[in-house]
Amino acid sequence: MTLQTSIKRNAYYDSVTLMLLSRELQKLDGVEDVLVGMGTDLNLDLARGLGLATDDFDSLTANDLFIAAKFEEDLISMQKIEEAFLETLNKSTESDGDDDYQPSSLHAAIQAIPGANMVVVSVPGQYAAAEVEDALDAGLHVMLFSDNVSVEDELRLKQKAVEKGLLMMGPDCGTAIINGVPLCFANAVRRGKIGVVGASGTGTQEVTAQIHKLGEGLSQVIGTGGRDLKDQIGGLMMIQGFEALIADSQTDVIVLISKPPAPAVAEKIYRIAKDSPKPVVIDFIGGNRAAIESVGAIACISLEDAAQKAVGILRGQPVTDFTGFSIAEEEIERLVANAAAKLKSDQTELRALFTGGTLADEAMKLLGVNYDIYSNIPLSPEMAIKNLPEGRGHICLDLGEDEFTRGRPHPMIDPQTRTDFFKSHVDGKTGVILVDVVLGFGSHSDPAGAVAASVREIRQRLSNQGKDVVVIASVCGTDLDSQDLHKSVATLEEEGILVMPSNAQAVRLTDRVMQRMIKGV
Amino acid sequence: MSVNDLFKQELKVVNLGLKSFHTDLKSQGVTAVHVNWKPKAGGKKKMLDLLSKINKVK
Amino acid sequence: MIEIIENANKEALEIIQNGQPTLIGLGIAEEVIPGMAKDLFLHAGPPITWEKMSGPLRGGVMAGLMYESMAATPEEAAEYAASGKLRFDPCHHHNAVGPMAGIVTARMPVWIVENKAYGNRAYCTLNEGLGKVLRMGAYGPEVIRHLQWMESVLYPVLKETIEIHGPIDLKVMITQALQMGDEVHNRNKAATSLLIREIAPSILKTSFSNEDKIAVLEFLNSNDHTFLNLSMPAAKATLEPAGKVKHSTIVYTMARNGTEFGIRVAATGERWFTAPAEIIDGLYFPGFSMEDANPDVGDSCITETLGIGGFSMATAPAIVQFVGGTPKDAVRYTTSMYEITTEESRFYKLPPMNFRGAPTGIDIRKVIETQVLPVINTGIAHKEAGVGQVGAGVVHPPMACFEQALEAYVNLLEDEGLLEE
Repeated sequence: MTLQTSIKRNAYYDSVTLMLLSRELQKLDGVEDVLVGMGTDLNLDLARGLGLATDDFDSLTANDLFIAAKFEEDLISMQKIEEAFLETLNKSTESDGDDDYQPSSLHAAIQAIPGANMVVVSVPGQYAAAEVEDALDAGLHVMLFSDNVSVEDELRLKQKAVEKGLLMMGPDCGTAIINGVPLCFANAVRRGKIGVVGASGTGTQEVTAQIHKLGEGLSQVIGTGGRDLKDQIGGLMMIQGFEALIADSQTDVIVLISKPPAPAVAEKIYRIAKDSPKPVVIDFIGGNRAAIESVGAIACISLEDAAQKAVGILRGQPVTDFTGFSIAEEEIERLVANAAAKLKSDQTELRALFTGGTLADEAMKLLGVNYDIYSNIPLSPEMAIKNLPEGRGHICLDLGEDEFTRGRPHPMIDPQTRTDFFKSHVDGKTGVILVDVVLGFGSHSDPAGAVAASVREIRQRLSNQGKDVVVIASVCGTDLDSQDLHKSVATLEEEGILVMPSNAQAVRLTDRVMQRMIKGV
Repeated sequence: MSVNDLFKQELKVVNLGLKSFHTDLKSQGVTAVHVNWKPKAGGKKKMLDLLSKINKVK
Repeated sequence: MIEIIENANKEALEIIQNGQPTLIGLGIAEEVIPGMAKDLFLHAGPPITWEKMSGPLRGGVMAGLMYESMAATPEEAAEYAASGKLRFDPCHHHNAVGPMAGIVTARMPVWIVENKAYGNRAYCTLNEGLGKVLRMGAYGPEVIRHLQWMESVLYPVLKETIEIHGPIDLKVMITQALQMGDEVHNRNKAATSLLIREIAPSILKTSFSNEDKIAVLEFLNSNDHTFLNLSMPAAKATLEPAGKVKHSTIVYTMARNGTEFGIRVAATGERWFTAPAEIIDGLYFPGFSMEDANPDVGDSCITETLGIGGFSMATAPAIVQFVGGTPKDAVRYTTSMYEITTEESRFYKLPPMNFRGAPTGIDIRKVIETQVLPVINTGIAHKEAGVGQVGAGVVHPPMACFEQALEAYVNLLEDEGLLEE
């Protein structure tokens, strides 16, 4: 076995590209282990941990790219590995077809595009604040996708943005659609009269996709980042976006989405809602219904419900909570009965594996109340996943959380993480599996296909024990998304997966199946 | 420039970071430029300190 | 603080933009180059000792000693060079520049270029042509013979030619050449043609024999790079006065001696900032590879320092194929140079860039902020003396030069009490 490092000085590629490259090179015959990365301390430690370190590491700086490989000399050479590296790289840039000059700095970029008005920042967190500051100073709005930005920086930058009348969406903001242009992770939706301000990425995606499915459209979808409504930040962007939508002639109904804000912040928002000339639908997921309704805003019980209510209000229809299913109760009962019938008596566990954080949240809010669910986003500290007892139990995981995305792309970009968890966490005791499938810009080209393939593998595995399993999914997407909503649904249904029209309904169906599953057939 | 002003303009984007975001924008015909981004001064603290000393406006 | 720097840089750029490099004649090195002497050999790049010199420089020194009749054989020459009897100094310290090894000895004829706007002069030897030549470190008898011919025939003819013709505006000639596919560092075909066209009638008018005139014309015509030895001192003469502007962060010298790369910045005056010169990752002639290459060598990147040469690569598509790229790459290179420079040249316009002016005034702050290094188009010499050119490619100065310069610059400002706490 040979250990060798190849170095490209002063080369820079973004983290996702490098991780995907590592994965491709790993597949080469003869390569036992390989890591492609920038020479940051973090990556070098990672490489050392994998036993890939060589003396060359000493000369590496953060600006150098390294390919550290352990390989069987008889089967492959470093040269071949480098060739594969270039080939894979060229393939990804070729398909891009992008010949355009890439300036080396924000400053040069602004000069290259007269009238530039939005900067999307997804550089490593430690560098993000400085770039955002430069962008705001130059009078541009910002979409800050990066996380690992300090609270102090976030506050300072948002204050500057508010002062200058600019948007600073983030940090950790995954979704926005400005002037009909999807930014980062967003679904293709039609323009329309509903405006959204959302502190949750996939929450915003689900709401906008549902609005589109119901036949209405979006005027503006503004992100705020997950921390915006905490005390330290005080809801600066939520308020900024909210007021902009009130003033926007193209917006008739406003939807606000977030986890419950800090009370003082919620107060500020309610006050604005109270004076709003336009109807306001507030989905503070699991939030204070009475408080919301007392200021004349409309409260919600799920993301789907928020969409339904916004559409209803726009159409002048009466607005009620959507608590049930889109299909008739008899049909649901039939589905549940058939599902439970498939299971053996020892198949009593839930495995919910989510790629979207807010969608996982919705699942936990309902299911976590009715059952003991161990999770990395538990409803109480005792239910943290590390506390999973020997005897085991139900599990619900948000695979997009930090602990699962170290050195790996987000599961919405690369399904591999969830594929791995399907293998490791699903066994003969699993009765029902619950997943989300998120389409749209930024997402993998065929997330449904990846889930279907995993389910196929699971059914094969379980059939050896004479068992089957119930799989329930929802697809967050629209007919305009490149991954093709209908094809995605068909792909899942072909694998015998029960596809529900929304995350909320998928969660409710899961609840029904679990009731049956646990009581015994 | 205010947020509502932005709503009336054609969106023109500068992308710093993940190339895929830029690719998606171009695929929709949005005016966008991808920055060949590197940490400022290569992230070297010494250089950043030196630069900040002379970049102060008197 | 920023204002002081911006004003200083503006002043430096004004000087550069106003430069009027003009060929005014030829002379013999020890007669016209300040400080020149029999026991002084000038060389390319920052200061270096015989011990540290690479193959091409050593070979050039040995050839120079034999040419000057200070040694009879290469072995004697090597001994003499190591003995301490010979002094070495950068061409740059004597208002001169030299391509590749850049060796200048007392008897060598030189072009004299005057910057009419500021009165300063710059000197450069005449280009020997291709093949086994002193500037590549060759020291065989044919090298010496050729140098002697240049001294006894080429020089007098050209000297009288320019006296008859009168001064030649090099700024205009370079401007035209840049619009004819030259970048006047690695691609000089058009500029050389313009030069020959300009002086041919005057050559004919000189008092020399037809044989000599024919030999001179044929020689000039055989060597596409004749003009390089004019574009270099033209750039040198243009940049030198800018090198005196206090507090300016503009680079006024870039040069390599085959071992180290050196830069000089206006604010820090004559101080060199050096780091090991790089091996060029370029296109090698058949039979040669990176293992054969000498590290980067020559004063010729004074052209890039001015914004021509590799900085103007977009305008010379032919050179790009030679260095392994495409015309689109050339445009990309030039475009990226705008990110580290201060102004566009008011005179050197580049047609493929929609006639934008060449990127002028390298600012060390921008180089460090963007991590974009100046791009240099260069020939690659064999590491052994005398073998000659083995390829061509694109090379960059080491970032370390700029980092050292920035640190020295900030220390200087601190010493002057200009930095607020």
